[in-house]
Amino acid sequence: MFMVIGSNMTEAHPVAATFVKNAVQNGARLILVDPRAHGLADFAELHVPIRVGSDIAFLNGLMHVLIKEDLYDKQFIQSCTMDFDALRQCVAAYPPERAAEIAGIPVDMVIDTARRIASVRPMMLCYTLGITEHTCGKNNVMSIANLQMLLGNMGMECGGVNPLRGQNNVQGACDMGALPNVFCGYQSVTIPEIRAKFEKAWGVDKLPDKVGLMIPQMMEGLVSKKIRGFYIFGENLANTEPDIRKVEHELASAEFLVVQDIFQNETTKFAHVILPAAAWSENDGTFTNSERRVNRVRTASPPPGAARPNWWIFRELAIRMGQTWTSASACELWDDEISVLAPNLSGVKYRRIEANGLQWPCPTENHSGTCFLHKDGQFTCGLGKFKSVEWTPPAEEPDEKYPLVLSTGRRLYHYHTRTQTGRCEGLNDLLGEETADISPADAGIMGVAHNEMIRVKSRRGEVTVKARVTGEVPKGMVWMAFHFREGNANWLTNPAYDPETLTAEYKACAVAIEKI
Amino acid sequence: MNSFSLNGRETPFETGETILEVAEKNGVNIPSLCRLKGVEPIGNCGVCVVEADGTHVLSCSTPVHQGMKVRTQTPAIVAARKERIKALLDSGNHNCAIGSAGSKSWSTFQQTVQRSDGSAELCPAWGDCRLQDLAYEYQVSGGRAALSTRTYPRESDAPLIIRDYSRCIRCGRCVAACNEIQVNAAIHADFLSADPELMPGKAYPVAKDNCVYCGECVQACPVGALVEKKARYHYRPWKAKKIRTTCPYCGVGCQQLLHVVDDRIVKVTGVEDGSPNMGRLCVKGRFGYDFIYSEERLKTPLIRNDDGSFREATWDEALGLVVDRFKQIIRDHGPDAMAGVSCARSINEDSYQMMKFFRAVIGTNNIDHCART
Repeated sequence: MFMVIGSNMTEAHPVAATFVKNAVQNGARLILVDPRAHGLADFAELHVPIRVGSDIAFLNGLMHVLIKEDLYDKQFIQSCTMDFDALRQCVAAYPPERAAEIAGIPVDMVIDTARRIASVRPMMLCYTLGITEHTCGKNNVMSIANLQMLLGNMGMECGGVNPLRGQNNVQGACDMGALPNVFCGYQSVTIPEIRAKFEKAWGVDKLPDKVGLMIPQMMEGLVSKKIRGFYIFGENLANTEPDIRKVEHELASAEFLVVQDIFQNETTKFAHVILPAAAWSENDGTFTNSERRVNRVRTASPPPGAARPNWWIFRELAIRMGQTWTSASACELWDDEISVLAPNLSGVKYRRIEANGLQWPCPTENHSGTCFLHKDGQFTCGLGKFKSVEWTPPAEEPDEKYPLVLSTGRRLYHYHTRTQTGRCEGLNDLLGEETADISPADAGIMGVAHNEMIRVKSRRGEVTVKARVTGEVPKGMVWMAFHFREGNANWLTNPAYDPETLTAEYKACAVAIEKI
Repeated sequence: MNSFSLNGRETPFETGETILEVAEKNGVNIPSLCRLKGVEPIGNCGVCVVEADGTHVLSCSTPVHQGMKVRTQTPAIVAARKERIKALLDSGNHNCAIGSAGSKSWSTFQQTVQRSDGSAELCPAWGDCRLQDLAYEYQVSGGRAALSTRTYPRESDAPLIIRDYSRCIRCGRCVAACNEIQVNAAIHADFLSADPELMPGKAYPVAKDNCVYCGECVQACPVGALVEKKARYHYRPWKAKKIRTTCPYCGVGCQQLLHVVDDRIVKVTGVEDGSPNMGRLCVKGRFGYDFIYSEERLKTPLIRNDDGSFREATWDEALGLVVDRFKQIIRDHGPDAMAGVSCARSINEDSYQMMKFFRAVIGTNNIDHCART
């Protein structure tokens, strides 16, 4: 059984979705929890159309029913988890009536969903950015983990919590320590012994010991002058961050901005220096996918003109700043540095991943990799800790002036800001412009026809865009993507962040639509 | 243990296994044009015919039973296969040398096919065609269908895929790929009941409007009926080097084969049996590769002029400027006045280098990437 929440898999992870659809055709059960009736709804035995941002209330409601009706895994809780009493107390305040009211669904649907998910073991819970891109994103994830621990669905194949990662190597960029608090292998920068290990390996005297800034703090630092030099590698922040006007003001405030990329884009125009990089098929290396599988990437052709592999650019800069960096290929970087420094990757070597990749943790060279975590209920931190969380509403809710909720995401035929897919023959023919997806009900009220140009306004800005009238979208919602500069949802989105992760609330802000 | 006689040799099998499956396990080659791994036997092509207990059966859909006597290569079986292959060659515009070698009207045939193709080339699948391989192996020729008056459906205006049913052998692999593997239900499945002569529009597995262009059907097509528009007539398969790599789009990490000719990717297919995608790709993975050859690629370092425009620079000048400014900022404001954003699209080794650069060279932990956004 699958429960898919906040994940439009058929468009954002199409090949993963084919395996879910195969499983359903072979008799697996699927429950879809999503405000939209997107592609997977046709395959689900039950679609639970919760209101945007009501996830925790709904999940707490499910746990309330599971505990009340004695449908949870007591043995797993007793032997593998801690802090269950706090969870029990917390969800006691979310009877189905309250959960249903917040989530905008019938009371029976909460009870029915709880009974269904308790009836099959194991159940795999898949989520994507519909869970994380909220001011309560971290708590949403905690709540999902609570549910799976309560059901005893952890540490087994076809169970667990399965986040489908967005970009091809967002898992890898985290694993490599492109984060302000950890080195590669999730080793904390605040632990002196860890720093000593990296100081020795890198031949430097003293590595910084305090946690660094996250992207939104960096961007604000450009305006406050806390940040003077900014180096952006392969990110089109001017189109991807919430509230484009704010972002562009921040980028324009940079005292010195270096951008390393493969194309000019909306971000490079703010740069002082642009460095031309090799693209995906122009260098050897590795990507790590959602399953933590380290896969090879290989060279098909050389980069154009004077463009150079990124590792060469970083190494040149390091040498010019007085250091000796010896690794001179991706293979040397992986085999001689990364896999030596990151214990969970120690067993992954290039010669072992020529064909299928290896899934970390893979601690030794004779280890065959790890398909799923927390086996037999043995959590990385010992006992699985219930972190009970309260529901909080989105930072900006609809009101009289902006009566609709804007939620954003990705569409099948393009990827993010189209720097790549926009330059591939055929893909623009399949999707050539942004649309604002609205429900037939709202279209009727506004007198808007399918394909009619409309104006969508928020407190941050406005865009003029074609209306796509579709039953996928519930009444009260506008749904948009950010693939095109014109009509980009990020002119409208709210730069409100999860207080801990600083993930922006792309999934919920208040908008109004107008006929033109 | 269950066993049966396979070409005179006692061979074990498991209940439910088909003759074709057991033969494959035991290294006995039985040809098939319609068999598609991972789906129920289709049984349309008829080429996998074998002799079982004295009668001709389709090995793909006939389960083995205890004591069965199977022969896979008797003269009668070879003759049956030849007849079947010839019928398939005759059913459409198979204008490879094999397909039309038996024709006395070679020129007329070629000209007719080439007119309908709009190309002076031989079939676009030449060299990468299962039917051509089998015709060669069994020394069968045929392919005069173009001289008949039959009309075939054809779809060449849609993006990315050219569907030319004049080369379709009605094997049904595309139907299974679309309906059972990708589960997109975008190809008509009930094409076999219609007669190609009488109702050509209904006799072929044509695509519906809800096609999402994953191209699984193209990968499954054993002949030249479904072809990538970007690859068609731009290369010949034997010239391509196949390089395995990982898709640059979403976090699934599909394994791809890049077909590369003269340093240029001409086509992308999924790696059959490769984890995690088992040969499958989506529209971006299969068709989203040519951005790398865009004329708009950055080809040289650029430095901004005072008026906001950019001028070309050498690496030496650009890197020199970057290093001077970084050093100056660190000297005047400390390393924490520097910040970097790494790339979740690029390889692990790049993100490692960038975080190492910020921590070990600049001396700050102000390094992040878009995982949080």
